[in-house]
Amino acid sequence: MSISLSIIYLIATIAFILGLKKLGHPATAKNGNLIAASGMALAIAATIFIHDLQIPTFIYILIGSALLLGSAIGGWMAVKVKMTKMPELVSLFNGFGGASAALIGLVEFSKNVDDKMQATTIVSGIIIGAITFSGSMIAWGKLNGSIKSVVSIPKYNTINNLFFLAIIAFAVFTVSTGASDQAIIFGLLGAGLVYGILFVLPIGGADMPVVISLLNSLTGIAAAITGILYSNMVMLVGGILVGSAGIILTIAMCKGMNRTLGAVIFGTFGGTDSVAGADKRLGSIKKTNPSDAAIMMNYANSVIIVPGYGLAVAQAQHVIHELEELLTEKGVDVKYAIHPVAGRMPGHMNVLLAESNVDYSLLVEMEDINSHFKNTDVVLVVGANDVVNPAAHNDPSSPIYGMPILDAENAKHIIVNKRTMNAGYAGIENELFYNSKTVMLFGDAKDALTDLVSELKNM
Amino acid sequence: MNGLIQFISDNLQIIYILILAIFVGVEVIKNIPAVLHTPLMSGANALSGVVVIGAILVMLQSDPDDYFSLALGFIGVVLGIINVVGGFAVTGRMLQMFKKKN
Repeated sequence: MSISLSIIYLIATIAFILGLKKLGHPATAKNGNLIAASGMALAIAATIFIHDLQIPTFIYILIGSALLLGSAIGGWMAVKVKMTKMPELVSLFNGFGGASAALIGLVEFSKNVDDKMQATTIVSGIIIGAITFSGSMIAWGKLNGSIKSVVSIPKYNTINNLFFLAIIAFAVFTVSTGASDQAIIFGLLGAGLVYGILFVLPIGGADMPVVISLLNSLTGIAAAITGILYSNMVMLVGGILVGSAGIILTIAMCKGMNRTLGAVIFGTFGGTDSVAGADKRLGSIKKTNPSDAAIMMNYANSVIIVPGYGLAVAQAQHVIHELEELLTEKGVDVKYAIHPVAGRMPGHMNVLLAESNVDYSLLVEMEDINSHFKNTDVVLVVGANDVVNPAAHNDPSSPIYGMPILDAENAKHIIVNKRTMNAGYAGIENELFYNSKTVMLFGDAKDALTDLVSELKNM
Repeated sequence: MNGLIQFISDNLQIIYILILAIFVGVEVIKNIPAVLHTPLMSGANALSGVVVIGAILVMLQSDPDDYFSLALGFIGVVLGIINVVGGFAVTGRMLQMFKKKN
């Protein structure tokens, strides 16, 4: 490898680390993204142009057109996507990265494999790449609703884990015997693809963000393995950065939902059966209407809004921002309480509210806002359910027991906007709705909030 | 056992880099506010598209008449660069929305 290429790779690697670091702070995040992207562009350009191989022109043309085609598709998808569909898109992109790693392995295996180190990297690259590809596609399908089934075959996890062990044994066998038959490698590829499907299929919708984050981390590892194969430092370091950062992010998400990583992968939360405590008498609910709710908020000193995914589904982000501005004008202190897993992935709610120009300093995280609920006059819960369910504190039989929640129940008054009395994503009853301080404002979030805004304007 | 020692001494440099990079990744991500989890995941996802470099190498090292390698390499480059460009573009789009009003 020429020294100029090595130096450019070194610069790109530094750009990756710096970019990732800056992505972690709101003020520098935009720059961080640019720095990482520039490092990537630099590394790709250098790979194409700096080498001492004799390359026929048509291969350059092929590479160029592949890059143009992929950039056009990726760019188009990135511009087109709705912000509510973000988790799906990340999952899809991630699957493509994994597929790319698997394809590289296929080609390299078809050439001569010299030693065990090479064979190990190729075989593990193919398997991990295949698992991330098919797993990401299933996650994508589950998130956009085209795959609905939660499989419940008895001993599913045992079968799944045995299958995984079989793949490992198969891989070890291939490497140690130095088998070079193409059929074997396609067998490994197929097994990886099947395992990816089996792995993600039984995981419940609520746990899907964790899975995406985990698969993201795996793609990084696949990239790093390919980097070892080519002794390519920028791929190695870039891949490992994503791999380890991805694991940390995955664990952070699990903590937010009070789930262990093991329980997400090997357990079956999904919640299709009726849950303990569901038949407990919870008392009666009180209904309210937009005009009464508006009066409550108009004469409050402080209001905390708890937004959930239902808000985004109803496309009500803009209306809620209007409501917040209107109340602020009237001298009410308004804040948003953001649960770590509000939305469909951690931080998703922040993105959705930012899209409708909400000042991010008004978005307060759970740990910081929980102590303020007891001094708050009105909490407005819109399209959120499980993240305000007191069962997490006081019902040990509840599946969400122990999950950190927003303590909305401590406020003086609670207004809950929901479409119906249906249970939330986890399929559990919510006693907050039956609290004597709670009133229910039924209806589509957008319609209900629009009514609230017009009532407030008339006051 | 001898095999293992041989393996370690052959690949010592890579093992060093591997371990240090793991720690850098962990340290860089630690204590990130939940506000940024989604853009961060998307940015890291774009970064994992670095695998596209491998796909480019596959194409560069193929014999001109090795259509199997060229075809798979081509698809690999397309998929990898979708991951890179799409990932960075969508992260940028998200971050564009985070602004502080005065």
